[in-house]
Amino acid sequence: MNIVPLPTSPTPIEMMPVFDVSCAVKRNEPVNGEYRLLVLDAPHSILQCTPGQFFHLLCPVSEHLQPYLRRPMSIYGYYPDQGELHFLYKVTGEGTSALATLTTGQSLTVLGPLGRGFDILPDWQNLLLVARGVGLATLAPLALQAHKLGRNLTAICSARSEDMLMSLDYFRELGADVIPLTDDTGTSDVGNMRRIIEAKIADTGIDAMYTCGSNRILKLLQSLGKTHNIPGQIALEQQMACGIGMCQCCVRAFHRKGKTVNERVCREGPVFDLQEAIGC
Amino acid sequence: MLDLTTQIGSLTLKNPIMPASGTFSEELAQLFDLDVLGAHVTKTITREKRSGNPTPRVCEVRGSMLNSIGIPSKGLDAFKANVIPFYDRYDAPLIVSISAGSTDEFASLCEDISVPGVAAIEVNISCPNIEEDGKAFAMRPSTTHAVITKLRQATDLPLWAKLTPNTGETTEVAKAAEEAGADALVVSNTLLAMAIDIHTRRPKLGNLMGGLSGPAFKPIALRMAYQCAKSVDIPVIGCGGISTVDDVIEYLIAGAVAVQIGTATFIEPHIMARMIDGLETYLTTQGFQSVRQLVGSVDDKEASDGMVFMEAAP
Repeated sequence: MNIVPLPTSPTPIEMMPVFDVSCAVKRNEPVNGEYRLLVLDAPHSILQCTPGQFFHLLCPVSEHLQPYLRRPMSIYGYYPDQGELHFLYKVTGEGTSALATLTTGQSLTVLGPLGRGFDILPDWQNLLLVARGVGLATLAPLALQAHKLGRNLTAICSARSEDMLMSLDYFRELGADVIPLTDDTGTSDVGNMRRIIEAKIADTGIDAMYTCGSNRILKLLQSLGKTHNIPGQIALEQQMACGIGMCQCCVRAFHRKGKTVNERVCREGPVFDLQEAIGC
Repeated sequence: MLDLTTQIGSLTLKNPIMPASGTFSEELAQLFDLDVLGAHVTKTITREKRSGNPTPRVCEVRGSMLNSIGIPSKGLDAFKANVIPFYDRYDAPLIVSISAGSTDEFASLCEDISVPGVAAIEVNISCPNIEEDGKAFAMRPSTTHAVITKLRQATDLPLWAKLTPNTGETTEVAKAAEEAGADALVVSNTLLAMAIDIHTRRPKLGNLMGGLSGPAFKPIALRMAYQCAKSVDIPVIGCGGISTVDDVIEYLIAGAVAVQIGTATFIEPHIMARMIDGLETYLTTQGFQSVRQLVGSVDDKEASDGMVFMEAAP
């Protein structure tokens, strides 16, 4: 057989098992006016996760709510010792509305853990997390991991108003320097965020930046990353069907080596290199 | 001893359950042993690299989905280097799906993909996305005949022609494919459809329109599989909206010798493996000795040709 030089490097087929498991709901309750916390009683097998990974949820079907496809949701917390899997979500459509109907003792089928999570390289000591709204949920497991590894953590948390800021106490418990910014107080604009981050860079230095979701924040961090030569990663979203890499529905475009390439958010992501990401 | 095997031309499958092209890939091996399946069918490839359609590529409608993925392809060379060798580890035959923009390109790709490791070639002459607004070879008997004739000359491997529900000439297209040398028909691809967000007034798919698949589509594809099985002598493989073992059984009764499972795998990734068990249970409890006894056993003896081959609702 001829060895043909490949046009692109093939994605290694990682043969880590993926599980499709029915879990009992322990709690499913509002956290504030917009967000809810879902806690599942999960077997050990599915709790070998990496921060940034996600599960594909088979939302319950009722007379009024009939989501058809599964819904991808990033992990808010995974706790092998307690046998718990946590999701933080905002009710926005049919899938999340159906999730909100789940009561303690009912079951939810989850497929995962899926996707490629965040990296914390050995020489990344000072980590910066920046997110807005529910984006903080995706970064929560990363904060815990950074804490366990003894890294220094700064978390810039942005939201419309004070009561929409989530996980501040959680990040503080993990020893993070938490900087809350809100639209209400006029502190969440990009200019202010840039000043805060640049002050941090000048003060202790930043070895890596992480974010999730917001286009504005992505552009800011890309600019800062280029100027100050700081690497970073971003968790991205896209509509999905299969969630495991078969259907090619969830591609997004990325800049790589002067070209634009499509990659599957479910498989090559959902965590990608910050500079390669393209906002939408 | 229950016999689950089924015959598709020269190929014997250990059971009649296989994936539909585009809803299956190596990644599913992370969930179960793919060798339980009757065959493996890969996502359509083209010779050249293609990036596929703009996003969003998927949306759901009540109880079903639309997709406008198109045919993103890493190209022939990458497929031969990475995908075909992966399936070497399995006994299940590998069916490779191909597509091209012209009969000559189609034939030359067909020739170049006829390599060891490939058991049959599924020719996607019906994908509603690759040409403008769903125009495809399988829309008409003449274009079907022309492309299958060329493909037949290009390979000695079995050729499965995947038909489209977007034609009004189902049986004529089926007969044209048979006459031109197809070894089996896959009935069928997705149905051209549309959905619009009433708040933004934008089409829900980046490509405006896409293919309907899932349970809502099943009665249409079942009707076509039945009509094709009645009108040709080559085997028909049923495909469209199959999501339970009862759906599998229904297609077999209608005359399909095997079935392809697509969208259902997105909802229940283990569904194909479960269907094989469910089919076994059904055959045993109903007193059948083999799948073959069930195939085409529909009780329609009173129906006239006019009813069997109707192209408009009565």
